[in-house]
Amino acid sequence: MVIQVCIGSACHLKGSYEVIQKLKGKIAEGALEDQVLLKSSFCLGQCAQAVSVKIDDEPVYSVSPDTVDEFFAVSIKGRL
Amino acid sequence: MRVFENQVQFVKYEVLREVARYSFEDNLEKGKKVIPLILNPGPEPRFRCCVYHEREVTKERIRMAEGGDSANPLIVEVLDSACDQCPVQRYTINENCRGCLAHRCEQACPVNAITYIGGKAIMDHSKCIECGRCAQACPYNAISDVMRPCRRACPTGAIEINKEKKAVINPDKCIECGACVYQCPFGAIQDKSEITKVIESLKGDRSVYAMVAPAFSTQYNSAELGQIIAGIKALGFQDVIEVALGADLVSIEETKELATHLESHSVMTSSCCPAFVQYVDHEYPELKKLVSTTVSPMIATSRLIKKIDPDAITVFIGPCVAKKSEKKQADLLGDTEYVLTFEELSALIDAKGIALEELEPIPLNNASYFGRIFASTGGLTESVKHAAKQLNLGLEIKSLACDGIKECDKALKLTKFNRQTANFIEGMACIGGCIKGPVTMHHGNKDKSAVATYGNLAMEEDQQDALRVFDLQEISLHRHK
Repeated sequence: MVIQVCIGSACHLKGSYEVIQKLKGKIAEGALEDQVLLKSSFCLGQCAQAVSVKIDDEPVYSVSPDTVDEFFAVSIKGRL
Repeated sequence: MRVFENQVQFVKYEVLREVARYSFEDNLEKGKKVIPLILNPGPEPRFRCCVYHEREVTKERIRMAEGGDSANPLIVEVLDSACDQCPVQRYTINENCRGCLAHRCEQACPVNAITYIGGKAIMDHSKCIECGRCAQACPYNAISDVMRPCRRACPTGAIEINKEKKAVINPDKCIECGACVYQCPFGAIQDKSEITKVIESLKGDRSVYAMVAPAFSTQYNSAELGQIIAGIKALGFQDVIEVALGADLVSIEETKELATHLESHSVMTSSCCPAFVQYVDHEYPELKKLVSTTVSPMIATSRLIKKIDPDAITVFIGPCVAKKSEKKQADLLGDTEYVLTFEELSALIDAKGIALEELEPIPLNNASYFGRIFASTGGLTESVKHAAKQLNLGLEIKSLACDGIKECDKALKLTKFNRQTANFIEGMACIGGCIKGPVTMHHGNKDKSAVATYGNLAMEEDQQDALRVFDLQEISLHRHK
């Protein structure tokens, strides 16, 4: 599974860095490095719903530093 | 409404806009036939002697908009039909001459070029050595210095005059700074454009990224910065990235390089201004080893983007002519695909009929204050000093920020003769720095404060804050990768 987190300006301002840090932490916590590849990306075209996160080729998710834990549990961990 | 500084900027712009319009419509071949007629409908000429001359000049500008003469290695070309063959003689005696008794001009002339006929001074141009002493001596201001504006503008003496009295650029001396492009009052020297190639890329499948130089903060009076970013995206660019982010990278890398470099040398110079680097190459080849090998912010930004999206096409948008040349250099080839100017960006936006004033602003905020201030002379030095402090390198930086080629030359000369007291030289070919670049839309006295305002709007405090979100491993920040 490839996860792309947008670091374009709109997302950056709304906390891309925190989202990435939290996801990194979660992946390390669960020792999921072999199953999940975390990457950054430029604009995913959904600037109004920053922070944009994309899993493989699925539609873009809107994640904030506050919702990242839930997003990880449901959309990433829950599907591995 | 867009405001043009003068008619020269406007006529260049309108050709770029029309070429872009026809390129967007896949109809450039037809455009090439009709653009001269659309812009110069006649029967009265707009600026020149006749409408046929104007159409001829327009044809040459179309050729430049398409990339110019590929056999000519320089990025700047003289447009033959546009060069007005200004006077070749530099000093001429004008009607203010009162035929006085003192004859100070005659006495001042070291080569006896001035004589008197009918009580008035006459200049023998075959003797004149253009020292200017006569002009200084005359109490009536009756001797004019009419040096050609292109020659006056050129900081390296690269402009020569051929036997048809047209300007010719000597490629061995030209550093492609673009000063002549800005200063020619007839718009007869122009930079080659890549707008048609950029438009083709925007139509293609690969993602095209716009990289805007920090000087853009001074450019557009009629729209907010965020609306310009929205306009660039509306053209079809995947994303807009600040070159100031590359400047953040460069200032840290260059500071580390400086610490190492000073272990074996007494001076290092900056490398972000390609016209300055070319000047060292041409005039002080023995000092090449003192030029930082860190790449420019443009190249660094391209490499950063390609680390994240390896299939990216990167387009630099800036105030600079020399950047068009930099990206073609053998050891940098392939980093930045295309270089556009602010003038060309305006032409693209207008060709697409995008009304910037009506767009919802999109933020541009990744870089730090220290990356953003690279746009004016002294900014790079301030950034390097800040980085040295943050990195705890124990560096004592004695800096010298050189504003324009004349100051650069002085600093290089002192270095050559081991008289340089500074250990870090910032070289900027344009006086004022990038914000005063030759192909900016706007050269105003508030430009410097606009850069400072843009700098202060940065969310990230300093370079390391701005860069923490990136994985910087494996990005080479030096030339000869």
